Amino acid sequence: MTTPARVSAATRTMRRARKARRGVRLRIVIPLIIVGLYVVGAVIVPILYHFDPLSTDLLYRLKPPGSVVGGGSTAILGTDQVGQDLFAQIAMGARVSLTVGALTLLIAGVFGVLIGLLAGHFGGWVDMVLMRIADIQLAFPSILLAILLASVLGQGLTNIIIVLSIANWVVFARVTRGQVLALKNREYVEAARTLGAGHLHLIFRTQLPGCLAPILVVATVEFGHVILSEAALSFLGVGVPVGVPSLGSSIQAGTAYLTTAWWISTLPGIALLILVLATGILGDALRDRYDPRLRSA
Amino acid sequence: MAEPTMAVREGSTPRDEPLMSVRDLQVEFSTSAGVVRALDGVSFDVRRGETIAILGESGSGKSVTAQAIMALLPKPAGSIVGGSIHYAGRDLAALPIGDVRRICGTEIAMIFQDPLSSLNPVFRVGWQIAEPFRKRLGMDKQQARAKALELLDRVGIPDAGRRIRDYPHQFSGGQRQRIMIAMAIALEPKLLIADEPTTALDVTVQSQIMKLLANLQAETGMGMILISHDLGVVADVAERAAIMYAGRIVESGTIRQVYDYPAHPYTQGLLASIPSTKAIGERLVPIAGAPPNLLALPTGCSFHPRCPYAVDRCRAEIPLLRRPDGWEPGHVAACFRSEEVLAHD
Amino acid sequence: MTDRPATPILRVQHLRVSYPIRSSVMLRRVGENVAVSDVTFDVGPGETVGLVGESGSGKSTIARAVIGLVKPTAGVIEFDGRDITGHSPKELKAVRRQMQMVFQDPYASLNPRLTVRDQIAECWRVHHGQLPRAQWTERAKHLMERVGLNPDYSDRYPHQFSGGQRQRIGIARALALRPKLIICDEAVSALDVSVQAQVLNLLSDLQDEFGLSYLFISHDLSVIEHLSDRVLVLNKGEVVEQGPVREIFANPRDEYTRALLAAIPVVRPWLETPA
Repeated sequence: MTTPARVSAATRTMRRARKARRGVRLRIVIPLIIVGLYVVGAVIVPILYHFDPLSTDLLYRLKPPGSVVGGGSTAILGTDQVGQDLFAQIAMGARVSLTVGALTLLIAGVFGVLIGLLAGHFGGWVDMVLMRIADIQLAFPSILLAILLASVLGQGLTNIIIVLSIANWVVFARVTRGQVLALKNREYVEAARTLGAGHLHLIFRTQLPGCLAPILVVATVEFGHVILSEAALSFLGVGVPVGVPSLGSSIQAGTAYLTTAWWISTLPGIALLILVLATGILGDALRDRYDPRLRSA
Repeated sequence: MAEPTMAVREGSTPRDEPLMSVRDLQVEFSTSAGVVRALDGVSFDVRRGETIAILGESGSGKSVTAQAIMALLPKPAGSIVGGSIHYAGRDLAALPIGDVRRICGTEIAMIFQDPLSSLNPVFRVGWQIAEPFRKRLGMDKQQARAKALELLDRVGIPDAGRRIRDYPHQFSGGQRQRIMIAMAIALEPKLLIADEPTTALDVTVQSQIMKLLANLQAETGMGMILISHDLGVVADVAERAAIMYAGRIVESGTIRQVYDYPAHPYTQGLLASIPSTKAIGERLVPIAGAPPNLLALPTGCSFHPRCPYAVDRCRAEIPLLRRPDGWEPGHVAACFRSEEVLAHD
Repeated sequence: MTDRPATPILRVQHLRVSYPIRSSVMLRRVGENVAVSDVTFDVGPGETVGLVGESGSGKSTIARAVIGLVKPTAGVIEFDGRDITGHSPKELKAVRRQMQMVFQDPYASLNPRLTVRDQIAECWRVHHGQLPRAQWTERAKHLMERVGLNPDYSDRYPHQFSGGQRQRIGIARALALRPKLIICDEAVSALDVSVQAQVLNLLSDLQDEFGLSYLFISHDLSVIEHLSDRVLVLNKGEVVEQGPVREIFANPRDEYTRALLAAIPVVRPWLETPA
């Protein structure tokens, strides 16, 4: 018969297992909420504040967070060196970050996944050629590439997206290729082959659905990377053009005032940190979610 | 030969006492779909020099039994929630895992189904076999290696002196299993648990491995628990058999009793669905339905939806193991209608 | 000897499959690994031919060569009178409608991301014009019923089924195009004994109903003995013995065959009279 000690040991196990599962769910839900808030904020806040990147209000420049500015409204996060409300500027910067991030992911993702599918499925020299191109790609530091493109094509959002896509498609290709290679000899792929399926069917209807889970995980992590890269490029001045506010350029603009008006650099930095952290945790949690061992815990 | 006495005994002399006595073992797994009762009151004994075969299909709980004894249940999902495992005067189920693992290294050994994934591919075979000698007995490298060589010879690896330096992938499946057996008996365990030791092997190799196990047991006098889904493969080696279904033992006795005179409809059905027992071309008689979902076990006897002998009582009550009227002591079955089942044969 | 029907469904002659061993540096061919050497056999309509052997005997390779997953190094494969040796996947497409395969591992042979209905319907998707799309669901459900599955489960995913049920789905998928020959590559080896019996009975019934031929590959002699009309015993890529199943099992002539037969686990060895 069960002793009280035995029963409590069992319930402890059950509780531990349930906590593990709940932990994973929380790590998916909370980052999703945070990213959602960013998206909503990025869209709404600049509109609410009638944000104009080119306007200045020199009377109220360098005001600390919480101070009252012209028109009676409060600058929640302070003002920058030309009098712009920092909160609105951060929101606008987030808009740029999210847009660049999403579009880059889309382009790099589609391109990379396609290459990975072809390399993995066909193997042989197709695989060799494509992977060597990927290796050459990786040898190029993205910063240099960005500077090169900026000097040739001029600055602009499209150029950043192009640069970052070129820099980031390889990871999608590698992950997809790896997954295809792992599944290629699974019996259900052979079964599709024996049905008479041609290459198109095999690649897109048989292999691709099996690759979606790891691609999703990679995408969430890459999202954070891309946002960081864009911020870095903008910080260096080879990212977004002058008129467009970005988290990176906001940080850069505030470096001259670090000792006096610290909030100009720090607050966009914190906003960037939270966003990237959220996407990173989400990616981790998604990978754990698809871990078969935790599934039965 | 003398018939073994009933499983439960009181006040017996130490010599007659079983090596290991599992009583009413209950194991549960916590899954995302709910709590699964993998073992629901499993009891059996193993005596010195005796082999008991635990037989069942997938989901019966036979492997879980071995895992529970060896404290190998997957954490945090699985745990022992009831019952006891008596060994050498202690209850393994109540001991902390560290203590159980220590006993399991020296006195109770286990071999697994797939030797390829149980041997470390990056270490030489001699190194791996010598490991228990180095770690547990504190021998130095030379001594341990000499012992390992001895063991390789004993399990029948030809040219052991040369092959001791090879890696696992350089051996065939049957040879890898022999190596696993060598590692298991290295410290002269009193009890060996073999979980599907021959399932992954070719037919001709299967019989060799079973003979090896039988010989080793005769030499050392250790007890053995053989877990398998194949009723035929254990028939030469095991003295007693326990048939498991949905986490419970539904029949147990000497192997001849169980195979010749099955007292439980499941055992009878299993024996009837094995192709080799039927003439060529005759239709097999499978057991209707499928093994139950452990998350949604039928009420009463778990086998009743598939049972040709089921009556209303079977739906309501869980049958306990009992000796059918008029039959040998030691042969028990968990069925209300064992007498009809036996008469049917 | 049983009298053979006029045109065999499948004719394999002097089949040889070998893999070159290449040196790692220059990829030069330094030898070859022979998986199958000089195998010849026929399968007639409505007949079951068993290929039995241990691991490395080449039986699975023969199956894969016949269905076109592996390219033969030499030999001729004729299906329904047509030479299909070494055909490309495109050329084989028409033939594939007549020849299908059931695989060993019920857990890996179904696409985890497709519903049961989609798995069965995949063949009609691949072979345009065989069946109008509107009828796919109905025919898929009908096939599910025929193999003993509840047709209401047609929109469930493979992981929601047991091993035996998945194998039935695999059989339904193989039947969908009404093939003449089904190759069963260890189709029951991974199943529990009680489920194995159900699936073997199902295969037997389907053969009677549809006039199917089977090429049945297994390492389990008792299963082969039960289901096949004729059997080939393979050892390391060569046929050591072939003939009607009763003869082979009663009077094995080759030593290897005798060793195989002797190794079959006997459920009640105490009943055998000592030799």
